[in-house]
Amino acid sequence: MTALWRQMPLSVRLSGLLAAVMILTAAAAPWLAPTDPTLLSSLNLMDAELPPRWMAGGEARYWLGTDNQGRDLVSAILYGARVSIGIGIAAVALSATLGVVLGLIAGYVGGTADAVISRAGDVIMSFPTILLALLVAGIARAVLPQAASVAWTPVILVGAIAIHDWVQYARTVRGTTLVEGAKDYVKAVRVIGLPRRRIMFRHILPNVISPALVIATINLAGAVLTEATLSFLGVGMPPTYPSLGTLIRIGNEFVFSGIWWIAVFPAVTLVVLVLAVNILGDWLRDRFNPKLRGRS
Amino acid sequence: MLQALGARLAQAILVMLTVTAVAFLMFRYVGDPVRIMAREDATVAEREELRVSLGLDQPVAIQYLNFVGRIASGDLGTSYRNNRPVADLLLERLPATLELVLVATVLSLALGIPLGVISALKPDGVAARIIQAVSLIGISTPTFVTGIGLILVFAVTLKLLPSFGRGEVVQLGWWATGFLSASGWRSLLLPGITLALYQLTLIMRLVRSEMIDVLSSDYIRYARARGLPRPYIHFKLALRNALMPVITVTGLQIGSLIAFAIVTETVFQWPGLGLLFIQAVGFVDIPVMSAYLLLVGLLFVLLNTIVDVLYALVDPRLRVRS
Repeated sequence: MTALWRQMPLSVRLSGLLAAVMILTAAAAPWLAPTDPTLLSSLNLMDAELPPRWMAGGEARYWLGTDNQGRDLVSAILYGARVSIGIGIAAVALSATLGVVLGLIAGYVGGTADAVISRAGDVIMSFPTILLALLVAGIARAVLPQAASVAWTPVILVGAIAIHDWVQYARTVRGTTLVEGAKDYVKAVRVIGLPRRRIMFRHILPNVISPALVIATINLAGAVLTEATLSFLGVGMPPTYPSLGTLIRIGNEFVFSGIWWIAVFPAVTLVVLVLAVNILGDWLRDRFNPKLRGRS
Repeated sequence: MLQALGARLAQAILVMLTVTAVAFLMFRYVGDPVRIMAREDATVAEREELRVSLGLDQPVAIQYLNFVGRIASGDLGTSYRNNRPVADLLLERLPATLELVLVATVLSLALGIPLGVISALKPDGVAARIIQAVSLIGISTPTFVTGIGLILVFAVTLKLLPSFGRGEVVQLGWWATGFLSASGWRSLLLPGITLALYQLTLIMRLVRSEMIDVLSSDYIRYARARGLPRPYIHFKLALRNALMPVITVTGLQIGSLIAFAIVTETVFQWPGLGLLFIQAVGFVDIPVMSAYLLLVGLLFVLLNTIVDVLYALVDPRLRVRS
């Protein structure tokens, strides 16, 4: 870890730090935010659509102004980022776990298992993330009753993102597993007669996991963007429990009347967060890609 | 090559089977078609009649075959929401999306290739660094944020361009085109740019990395040693080979762009397929949803196959092998 840190150029270090700070700040939203935007009873419609405090008509207690329901935007963004990042991390965790396990099985067990996993991956990869996610989220909304669907929305979103993203991990892990599986140490433990599961998870896994971790960093940015897009399109988090995407969706309705801040501040937060994670992920990818290493 | 094409074809069929199966399952099991299609005051007998007329009383396997048969004959069902044949709705919306995707593709290629080449020729130059930084910002900005930003600047603040709709369209048979009127072009600009930006960064990065790869290959080194003129080496020898994967990706991305147009069309209220689909999702209009899925799936499969054939045509090595 420290060796990696020492190799990073300054811009990558700063991005990594910024991403970490944003994630921690978002996680601490309930303690940091001036108000709780999910408590609808605390809202005052008289405070709706106030501009940021430095503009004419702004109020000192609302630094970035308020949204259409009188929600403090700072609080809404903090809570929204928490929802966005939480869903993003959960989606990455689910797709990485699924992908690594399936990739190991495909690469080590081979045969029918490999064929089924690989073909399923091919079919899924022939569709863009957003279309599959929309379909899954849309169907889930149709199947679940109204009341349940609000509570289940985060879970649905995580599933909708992971259904596409696991393939990338599986393909990478399958490739490296094929290489590792032919090496002497694997032959050795096989001769000893260790069970297959133990060979896969104890002996091969540690050697194939690092590319998966790099993919996970890059995919975190992608997952946050997908969640934001779904919420923006209206199949994601509801306005009562907004993510950054929902806030931008709400703000979008007011852009034409010159009320730009409701959309712009959450959008800037989203872009900065994703950019920071992307810069870090980009560098990690170049660092771990043997084809690129030593060239620049 | 034949073998490769055969494998591709098998995968294409597999994809289409999966897509029709998903579409069928959606139609059959998500929501009860009878309950949605029958009138509020329909009697039990009327409902049963509708059930039989929809073929829902038959075994599932037969229902699936009937479903595929109906699709093959162009009958995509009737929209729950506005009670019109889905096929008509799709045909009506298709031109808007295809024109938008065409404009976005042309824009992204016209900008992406030169920018990619510049940043590959001098990877450590100032221009390359700026391009790299901007492209990273580009992939970190979701399409709808770009769209809202463009609307804020060019439509709300500067009042230069329209922010929604297609403007004036001209009917050429069933195809309504925005290419033949000034307001049509003005309306295409903002959504076209929005959709192109997502694609642009991808093409630029691809051209860059491919160019860097090709430029460090032996035959380029040899051409340099022979003292051939640099523009000849860069554009005639290197770029040609670097463009191979760009063709593939651009071809494949047209499918993604059509799907991604959902977002752009929502932001700009562009009356295309994407807007139709997202409205269908909102209303749980299953026939429209599954028809959209079928159409996009078919487009994907067609594009994949066409790109593979093109690939074989462009790369002589693949041709010789056959």
